[in-house]
Amino acid sequence: MNLYDILGPVMVGPSSSHTAGAVRIGLITRRLLGEAPAKADIALAGSFAATGKGHGTDRALAAGLLGMQPDDIRIPRSLELAKDQGMEIQFREIQLKDAHPNTALLHVEAGSGRELELQASSLGGGRIMVNKLDGIDVNFTGESHTLIVHNLDQPGHVAEVTSMLSHKSVNIATMQLYRNKRGGYAVMVLETDQPIPEDSIAWLSHLEGVIKVTYLNTMQEDEHGV
Amino acid sequence: MAFESMEDWLKYSHDRNISAAEAVILEDMSDRGVSREETWSRMSAMWNAMKSSEQSYDRSLRSHSGLVGGAAGQMEDYLKAGDSLCGDVMGKVIMRALRLGESNACMKRIVAAPTAGACGVLPAVLVTAAGQGGFSDDQMTEALFAAAGIGQIIAARAYIAGAMGGCQAEIGSASSMAAGALACLKGGSPEQMADAAAIAMKNLLGLVCDPVAGLVEVPCVKRNVIGAVNAMAAADMALAGIRSTIPADQVFDAMKEVGDKMSSSLRETAEGGLAATAAGRAVSERLKKNR
Repeated sequence: MNLYDILGPVMVGPSSSHTAGAVRIGLITRRLLGEAPAKADIALAGSFAATGKGHGTDRALAAGLLGMQPDDIRIPRSLELAKDQGMEIQFREIQLKDAHPNTALLHVEAGSGRELELQASSLGGGRIMVNKLDGIDVNFTGESHTLIVHNLDQPGHVAEVTSMLSHKSVNIATMQLYRNKRGGYAVMVLETDQPIPEDSIAWLSHLEGVIKVTYLNTMQEDEHGV
Repeated sequence: MAFESMEDWLKYSHDRNISAAEAVILEDMSDRGVSREETWSRMSAMWNAMKSSEQSYDRSLRSHSGLVGGAAGQMEDYLKAGDSLCGDVMGKVIMRALRLGESNACMKRIVAAPTAGACGVLPAVLVTAAGQGGFSDDQMTEALFAAAGIGQIIAARAYIAGAMGGCQAEIGSASSMAAGALACLKGGSPEQMADAAAIAMKNLLGLVCDPVAGLVEVPCVKRNVIGAVNAMAAADMALAGIRSTIPADQVFDAMKEVGDKMSSSLRETAEGGLAATAAGRAVSERLKKNR
């Protein structure tokens, strides 16, 4: 572990997994949606459901959806702040098979109509893993720049994405491919060392066969929400 | 790569004739590919965050469950009367550990060190030592590098999560880190730092993680006190020249072995120990009804 996995993070208590990690799950959901959610349905599983209230997991997730970081002292008041902003948040409990004990399933909808469903777990020390995106299994932490492309499962889409990245001198750190069935719906998740230019993201989203493009820029780390 | 044994760490420091903290700084620079300024300013930000988390305590706050809050205020009043058994310095250590533990449970901003549940140990002893010895912020930052270095070795050889190794992995690790940091701060040799860290961990070996209702409240808040008080005593012993018969690396290995043998009911699952007592279960039932 690096030095600051041992000392840190600076965070609002009481639990790095149930509070700090939950803020990050909310925040990553907001960033993947690309705008502030107007509505959120949040289902808590396992230990998140059992001890979430006492650990402020509900308020932490809402704080993340509002764009707050894990050290934001407004986290305890996030549910009130969400109400003030007209963000509708509903909480419920859910049983998820084979999921990590600290898991949340979020369905969010923006005013523009854009929707996103994300399942993520909190691994401890404030670190998280996104496990599902719009129903498809994925695996990424949100600690690197992450490009997620939903497309029809047909030849050429991987080449389109990788040649664009090569053209922009963006190095691919990891790459994962998923699909629900042959010729069906596919998702590629790429973690990159450099940020990807916005116009390239826009270009990708207009390609035929590409259904949706989502981009997580870790440079936004210093945004402070609400 | 960070040091994986106290032995390597001390040898590295001796060979280059540098302090233990300096060795950690150099290792971090090469490990993460960062400059000295970057890691120094980040660690000094941790020190500032620790100080402000201690000062921002609010005795009127209660945790969501209602189980904790206000104890550090009671301790403060008691110390003001000047008749405590532990005296002024240790009294302040106790009060500060309570402040941090309660602030954490009440959703205030803290520094996980190494975990949120054990966040009170390092600030309790370091803020008190800084006031007592007139140490500068730079000296305190250096002590935190030593503390983090000890934590890295514990994490490499054993655990720093209660769910893995019980409370000995959280409060035990925090106490060991704090004892070593105190020894460095007081000008002890790297060997004395290692002895302080070893003694502190030995004293808390076997401590289980048995949180009532699964919350970071009971007994966690008061265990921060024992971690802090134990760190002070271990550092004083080491600085007096008292050696640890078992070297630090072997103590950490023993902590892992004990953690591996610990029943899962005693590793943060809230199924054993204090969580399973009649009073502990009653709290859990009450909270379930309000869920």
